[in-house]
Amino acid sequence: MGEQLGKPVLRKEDLALLSGRGRYADDLPVPVGTLHAHVLRSPHAHAEIVHIDTAKAAGHEGVWAVITGEDVRRLSDPFMAVIKTPVTQYSLAVERVRYVGEPVALVVAESRYIAEDAAELIDIDYAPLDAVLDPVAACDGAAPLLHPQAKTNEISVRDFRYGDPDGAFARADHRIAMTVPFPRLSFTPIECYVVVAQHNAAEGSYDVLANFQGPFSMHPVMARALRVSGPKLRLRIPPDSGGSFGIKLSVFPYVVLIALAAKITGRPVKWVEDRIEHLVAASSGPNRVTRIEAAVGNDGRVLGLRLDQLEDYGAFLRAPMPGPLYRMHGAVTGAYDIRDIAVRNRVVLTNKMPASLIRGFGGPQLYLALERLMHRIAVELKLDPLDVIKRNLIPAQKFPYRTAAGALYDSGDYARAVEIAIGQGRLDDLKRRRAAARAAGRSYGIGFAVVVEPAMSNMGYLSTVMTASAREKAGPKNGAVSMATVNIDPLGAVTVTADVTVQGQSHETVLAQIVAEELGLTPDDIEVVLEMDTAKDQWSIAAGTYSSRFASGTAVAAHKAAVQMREKLKAIGARQLNVLPEDVELAQGKIRSRSNPDNALPFGRVAGTSNWAPTLLPEGMAPALSETGVWTPPELEPPSSDDRINTSLTYGFIFDMCGVEIDPVSYQVRVDRYVSMHDAGRVMNPVVAAGQIRGAFAQGVAAALYEEFSYNDEGAFLSGTFADYLVPTVSEIPDVEILHYESPSPLTPLGAKGLAEGNCMSTPACIANAIADALGVDEVILPATPRRIHALMEKAKQ
Amino acid sequence: MRRVNRNERVRIALTLNGRRLSAEAEPRMLLSDFLRHGLGATGTHVGCEHGVCGSCTVLIDGVAQRSCLTLAVQAEGREVRTVESLAAPDGTLNPLQQAFRANHALQCGFCTPGILMSFTDYLARNPKPTIEQIRDVLSGHLCRCTGYAGIVAAIEEVAKR
Repeated sequence: MGEQLGKPVLRKEDLALLSGRGRYADDLPVPVGTLHAHVLRSPHAHAEIVHIDTAKAAGHEGVWAVITGEDVRRLSDPFMAVIKTPVTQYSLAVERVRYVGEPVALVVAESRYIAEDAAELIDIDYAPLDAVLDPVAACDGAAPLLHPQAKTNEISVRDFRYGDPDGAFARADHRIAMTVPFPRLSFTPIECYVVVAQHNAAEGSYDVLANFQGPFSMHPVMARALRVSGPKLRLRIPPDSGGSFGIKLSVFPYVVLIALAAKITGRPVKWVEDRIEHLVAASSGPNRVTRIEAAVGNDGRVLGLRLDQLEDYGAFLRAPMPGPLYRMHGAVTGAYDIRDIAVRNRVVLTNKMPASLIRGFGGPQLYLALERLMHRIAVELKLDPLDVIKRNLIPAQKFPYRTAAGALYDSGDYARAVEIAIGQGRLDDLKRRRAAARAAGRSYGIGFAVVVEPAMSNMGYLSTVMTASAREKAGPKNGAVSMATVNIDPLGAVTVTADVTVQGQSHETVLAQIVAEELGLTPDDIEVVLEMDTAKDQWSIAAGTYSSRFASGTAVAAHKAAVQMREKLKAIGARQLNVLPEDVELAQGKIRSRSNPDNALPFGRVAGTSNWAPTLLPEGMAPALSETGVWTPPELEPPSSDDRINTSLTYGFIFDMCGVEIDPVSYQVRVDRYVSMHDAGRVMNPVVAAGQIRGAFAQGVAAALYEEFSYNDEGAFLSGTFADYLVPTVSEIPDVEILHYESPSPLTPLGAKGLAEGNCMSTPACIANAIADALGVDEVILPATPRRIHALMEKAKQ
Repeated sequence: MRRVNRNERVRIALTLNGRRLSAEAEPRMLLSDFLRHGLGATGTHVGCEHGVCGSCTVLIDGVAQRSCLTLAVQAEGREVRTVESLAAPDGTLNPLQQAFRANHALQCGFCTPGILMSFTDYLARNPKPTIEQIRDVLSGHLCRCTGYAGIVAAIEEVAKR
């Protein structure tokens, strides 16, 4: 692909991180006099707060403040939400608690130890209410209401129709339906939330450090809650963050809470979340119940599709929810050429922690339903599951392909990618293993899944939750801005800044590769500074690291910035080399004549010109000191009047297949062989790409077999430690064979697509299909724990 | 054995990465907090504070331990080694660290110091482990980014040298 891009360049990040020199939020210095906060949380799933007595706690030695919901209501506004409903949420519970772990009071003291001691002295009188946990039950008119003023728990229902679904169902030979639940889980970054807030009373401004991940569309939400204009909330993101996977968006209520604590005490306040708090209340992916039905021909061709997606967001619908229901909307037909569809999207609230961003973001929920259905169609019609998939794939000649719901799939050859993956005896080997295992009386199954992986979200997709007329009133929302800047210092050294937040994705390395490529340098020559400061850095609402926006977004912006800088340096160099700009190239650390490479100057000499001798610049040229690349792809249009929406810019493809064996004694599912084919367009750094895919795969396996936030019927949280919430260790993660087929995106100059979320979407579905095949059962509930497998096997015996 | 009063701050002296240091702490302070906030050794990370994730692993008298399950007072007079001690004074990575870099064994890097310290202890006792032994020791650590494959490859590489 180039001198630098496409190469397995080793990471720039690693030297510091391997030496204990990372700069994570809790490692950074805090101002003298910083106080420490502890959050007191609700033990009830649902209760009225009758009275809070804070006197004893407030009188404890070393305590500066005990803050309750009443203080927060007085000093801040409720968080803005995407859907306008009478539901309000503050950073502490007001009048009522709605989930176990909900923040009820904040103690601010000289030390965390003192704050925790004092919290034990707070006396709260609760009047417990009935709780509702099941999303289907919560829609029932008789269910307890979480927000009585909303008069329902089912706070949003939208129907979409594309083509003629009724006609397709009337016409079809078969109608095949399933109900598929997707569980609650999180990907629990190993670093928890950290916030350090200061209040400047003279200016009425806040300065907050938090390991927030974006999107920065949440910045106005936080500023509005604090009743300040945007510039009065300076938000800083540390240079390193200990993982996020979507979860660190949800630090935002604590940014507001700790900022208020700084205002109340007049001192800087620091809060570090602990793991127990994180598990019970930080964030979760939403659980979903999907009723999915296909109209199918005798040959397995799917003519029409109906989906009823009921998504459970817990106690509050926080911005930017209900993202997972709508992020995949354009791609709701997955990799299949299906034109006649009906989709009903419903949002329900229950007495669980609020759900929010999580890697995969709506994809795992959608594809578990869709891919389980494709498997089911094959079983019902006695066809080969892979044949049913192949028969329905979008043909290569139809690209670029506009889906029924409005997504513009930019490139791909799905059938070819599948053929490559099953080739070289891979599928035959799986079949041999299955035949051998079954001949020996063991339970062995093969599963498949195909997935379209969107990247770089259209910021307007969420407005699809509103009707077309409501959208018209609210004004258009669309697009996504990416920004990156290339700076040159007096000696010609290059630094790069960009609108991403660091969480481990190797952005430093890949940005250095992109910029080095254009400037004829090496990645070691480029400094990349990715800590973020909303007061001084370039950002838009789309900034942050989420929805795989780097490869199709910020990477492109960095490329543009580097090209702009390159062109300026060529023009400057041309004058100094006495050649035409067309004859200048940047290569091997030099700026030189293409036709006579001996006519050359060191890069730094030419690049420094704008500092030392700006009058030597070509006439009319602004100094080449700082170039910002801004990327706003025109394909990200707002939803059309008939609700079609191109939800993302690029669409990758994944085909997975696996074989699993079920242990007849322990009822554990063992993944015997797993193959994952990716078409992510051009791969910018194969080492980094493999790392992202393996990481997503491990999380996909976790969702399929291990991780679940579970509650009992009363709403007590049952997954409150890492001994109860089972994060897989190395012993649980099988090997995965990763294959690539590259269909470069025609929509971006780098041709790269996202690839870091795909296996979170494909792997749960692939493993579930393999389990269904192994046991010959219709219904597989994830995570497929030994207890659930045992129940399935007992049921199958009867 | 030293006896300390519950409410009394005590001075705790230990050897950290070869340097004799001391700081005051409450008797209930965890060693992980003491290292980070008392002595400024922030390379040791706190991931769960209940002994499962392994991020806070340090060597105490050469043996890998969870510093979140250890009180600072228990380390009095002991020799503690943390991730900051691994590279040479000029910053050159040691073979284990280099192998982690070469095999993309870290992404966010938060869990990494604990893993490095566990294997610093283990490889000193068993320089040629089998892959099963490597996986067994690694199963005492949680990593959410990598899927573990790069970590296993890195340690195998060191073991093969």
